[in-house]
Formats: sequence, structure tokens, C-alpha cells
Amino acid sequence: MRKILLIISLVFLQPTFAKGVYQTAESFLQNNLKVNQSSNSSIWINKKRKQVITDILQHPPRFIRVKYWHQGSKTAWILDEVGKEKLITVGVVIENSKIETLKVLTFRESRGWEVKHKFFTHQFSKVGINSQHQLDQNIDGISGATLSVRALKKIARIALYLDKQR
Amino acid sequence: MSLKKLKKTTLFTALLCLSISPYASALSLEELAKRLDKLEQKNQQLQTENQELRQLISKSDDKAEAAVAATESLTGNSNGLKKLANWADKTTIGGYGELHYNNLDGKGGASDQDAIDFHRFVLFFGHEFNDNIRFFSELELEHSIAGEGKNGEIELEQAFLDFDLNGNHTARAGMFLLPVGIINETHEPPTFYGTERNPVEKNIIPATWWAAGTGLHGQLGKGFSYDAYIHSGLAVPDSFSIRSGRQKVSKAKANDLAATARLKYTGIAGLELALSTQYQQDIGQGLVAGLKSANLIETHAIWSTGPFTLKALYAAWDIDGTAVKASGADKQRGFYLEPSFRISEQFGVFTRFNQWDNKAGSNSGSAADSEKQQWDIGINYWPHEDVVIKADYQYQNNDDGKEQNGLNIGLGYQF
Repeated sequence: MRKILLIISLVFLQPTFAKGVYQTAESFLQNNLKVNQSSNSSIWINKKRKQVITDILQHPPRFIRVKYWHQGSKTAWILDEVGKEKLITVGVVIENSKIETLKVLTFRESRGWEVKHKFFTHQFSKVGINSQHQLDQNIDGISGATLSVRALKKIARIALYLDKQR
Repeated sequence: MSLKKLKKTTLFTALLCLSISPYASALSLEELAKRLDKLEQKNQQLQTENQELRQLISKSDDKAEAAVAATESLTGNSNGLKKLANWADKTTIGGYGELHYNNLDGKGGASDQDAIDFHRFVLFFGHEFNDNIRFFSELELEHSIAGEGKNGEIELEQAFLDFDLNGNHTARAGMFLLPVGIINETHEPPTFYGTERNPVEKNIIPATWWAAGTGLHGQLGKGFSYDAYIHSGLAVPDSFSIRSGRQKVSKAKANDLAATARLKYTGIAGLELALSTQYQQDIGQGLVAGLKSANLIETHAIWSTGPFTLKALYAAWDIDGTAVKASGADKQRGFYLEPSFRISEQFGVFTRFNQWDNKAGSNSGSAADSEKQQWDIGINYWPHEDVVIKADYQYQNNDDGKEQNGLNIGLGYQF
């Protein structure tokens, strides 16, 4: 009986990993660009950019400007998009028009949490976009996490597009 | 005044006279002084205006900043309207639907099927009570019209509460879809190939299959996740048709409960491996003589790499009881293989081979020619990622010779 209780305790008292904040924006920026969150620049979403982003998202963007951070040849972008019902917050670092790092910072959905894993996000390394604003490399999906995968791919495309618009 | 200083003054005066000499006749020194005064006044005025403009620009920046902040705050979480009411921010509405056209020729005694049918109209409603307690429901109207003597029915397919125990484990209670197969839980039309759902999961598992009960689901780390539930069981009639045994939680007989567990691995991008098992204490709920307990095993794999995807599924029932054994329905099993190729974002093609047998336990009597086979080949066109148009051709090769072959066309959506 004690063994059973011990096993149950170990299973259910694990630290939380699936839903929640995996890394703060401040920490992400410090780790990747050595900059503070307050030292940002903005890019405004004019009519043309709005159209491109609408095409990527398949719905109009909720934002009218996007903050970004830069250090040397690198830029960092922190963007949100809904997976199935809730926003997923993702940090993207870009260098020379290619993604250097993509990381899920906050996951709020109750399904599709697999996208947080490195085995999935590593696929975005060195990925860029073509003239149609499509990713120039294939990203293998995760069965059962289709909508979360779709959200991350859209965020990657928007970050790469806006990086070129600076 | 020293001599040196006098020389400098004289020199300066001489130079000044030379420089203004062309105008000396027209402008007096007094007039020049007036003009300089005016210029100075103008300069002062411009400086004042410049200062005022700077202040205005600064104020405009502040206003724009405030407007952006307000707009982003209003729209930041979901959308503006939802944000206006707290309950609305926590409530979600979704749905899917599919319209089918079947043009099938029957042979060997099978009937023709020329029909157009709004097969499913489904609405989802969900509500998040707090960060750890959520409600989800799915209400479905099948075949457009429900009621006495009508083809359709209104079904509550899901209505359950999830209680997060921590970030990895969640308790579930209510009425929910059982974790068996590929399409039982995820069956929105844009997510699968083929107008109609595959016959193996329909006739063997049997999808769509829901029950009332309670249990746990969550993740175990390293890409593994699990589901484990105790729930209402099937009430298979004396025809031993598994599909007919679905009680749909409508005053369902609950003399004998069932238990389902699934282990799933999604630790590699593009790969899903799953194994489900179910135990039914009495699959006839004690109401059918010669029908006792039953076990279901289902396993499937999905492998996607680049534009290619391969799905493979196998499901088998092992049912205990003298009468069910005598009929050959004590073994019911099937499998399918479905390779597909995504030509572009908009187009994908597939083929699927299905084989199933609801009386695989015997080769005599009515079970002698019970094995069925069906090939499907078709195309999906997604004009939007959540809208799909499908066309496929089905070809059956059944042992009993009763076959329906022909074209299926579908229109589907989700939101």
C-alpha cells in the first residue's frame, strides 16, 4: 500500500510542465540577445503589412504594431497566436533572415502541449521564408497537436516577414 | 583710446562702408536697424512656434502610445467583444459540419445509394471556470432533421468537466469520447481524408463512440501520454453487432461497467504510436444469453515526413460467451493502411485499403463470407485551412458479394 501511495505521489506531485510559463520574455531576451525587455523598437502594421499577416494567419491580426529587440545582426520577436482556444506565446530569434531559435514561452491550451518540446522546435533552426512568405523548409507536425503546430508555423512566418520589413 | 585700437575701428568702419556701399544710397542705417529688429522678431516667433510644435508632437506620441496600449489591451487576449465580459472571455464556441453526396452502385443484393445528406452539424461549447477547471460539450444534429419518423437525430456527444491536478495530470468526469483509434476523438472534416469516415473504425471500434464515466489523462514525460477511464459499457444485442451496442448514454444500462486505457507516444516530430485496450465486464449488460465479457485491443501508427503521411490501424475484439462463439462474432477485427501525399497547402491525395470482419471467429454458417474489403482513392482540396472539399471513389470486394462501389463528394468545415 505504501508503495502504491509513493508511486501515486511521484506521478501527481511532479513539477508542472504542460501548461504555463516556461520562460519569461525578460529571461528569453537576456539569454539570447543580452538586452532588457524595455529596450525595444516597434514596427507598425500598415495596410500592406496587415494584408500579408492576414494571409499568413488566415484572419486579421489583433495588433497594430509589433515590438522587437535587436542586438548586432540578431533580432528577437515575441508573438502570440491562438492554437485551438488559447494564445500560445512564442519567442523567435532571427539572424540574417533565418531563425536561430524558436521557443514556446507560455502555453495556455489544454491540448497540443507537445509543441513545447525541443524535438519539435529544433526543426525551425535555419528556416527562412520565400517570396510567398512560406517557410522554406518542411516542418513535420505532431499528430493530435495540429492546431498548436499551425500556430507556431504562423508565428515563425510573421517574425521572418517583419524582420525583413525593418 | 589707444592708437592700436583706433586703427582697428577705422579699418572696420572702412570695410563696413565698402560692404554696404551699393545700398548706402537706398538704405539708411536706421532702416537697416529696423529690418534687423523685424528679423529678430521673426526668428523669435519661429522659435516659439517650433517649441509649440515639438510639444504637440510629443503630446501626439503620448496619445498614439495610449491608443495603442488601449487597443492592444482590448484585443490582446482573445478579441475585443469577448474582453468586454469576463464570462465571455472564458467561454468558447466552435463547431464543424459536413455535407455528403453519395453516388454508389449496389451489386450482389446491395442497394444503390444516390443521396445528398447534411450528415453532421456540430456545435462545441466550452467554458473555463478557472485555470484548473474546464467544461467542454459537443452537440450534434445528424442528417438535418430529427424527430419521430425522421432520418436524423440530435445527440449530445460530449459534456464533461476537466480538473487539472497539476500541469501534467487531469481528472475527467462526465460524458466523453473514448480514447480509441484515430478518428474517434478528432474527426473534424478538414483533418482527415475521405468523404465518409473509414469503415474499420466505424464497424469495429465503433466510432464515433462516447460513454459516461470518470478517469485521468495526462503526460508521463519523454513524449508519452496516457488516458485511463472507468465508464458505461456497450449493450450489444443478440445480433452481436458492436456498433449497435452503443448506448449513447441515453438512459444507458449500467449493470456492468467497462474500463479503457491508452498509452500514446508522440516524442518524435511526425510520429504517433498508440495502444488502447478496453475491458467490458459484460458486453450485453447481462441481457443477452451466451454473451459475457469482452476485450478490445487497438493500435495505430501515424508517420508524417515532408508531404508524405502513412496511417495504419488495427483493432480486434475478443468476446466471451457460448452464443457469440457459435455465431463467429466472438472475434471481430479489422485494419487499414492509408498513405497520403500533400501536393501543396491546398491539395492532398490519398488511398486507403480497409479490411474488416465482424464474424472472424468462424468460417461456417453466416460467418463463412463475412470478410469485407474496401479501397478508397481520392483528393482533398482546402480553399482555407478550415474548409475542405473532398472527392473519392470507393471500391468494395466483399466475400458475400454484396458491394457498393462509386463516388463520394463532401464539403466540410470547422471553426
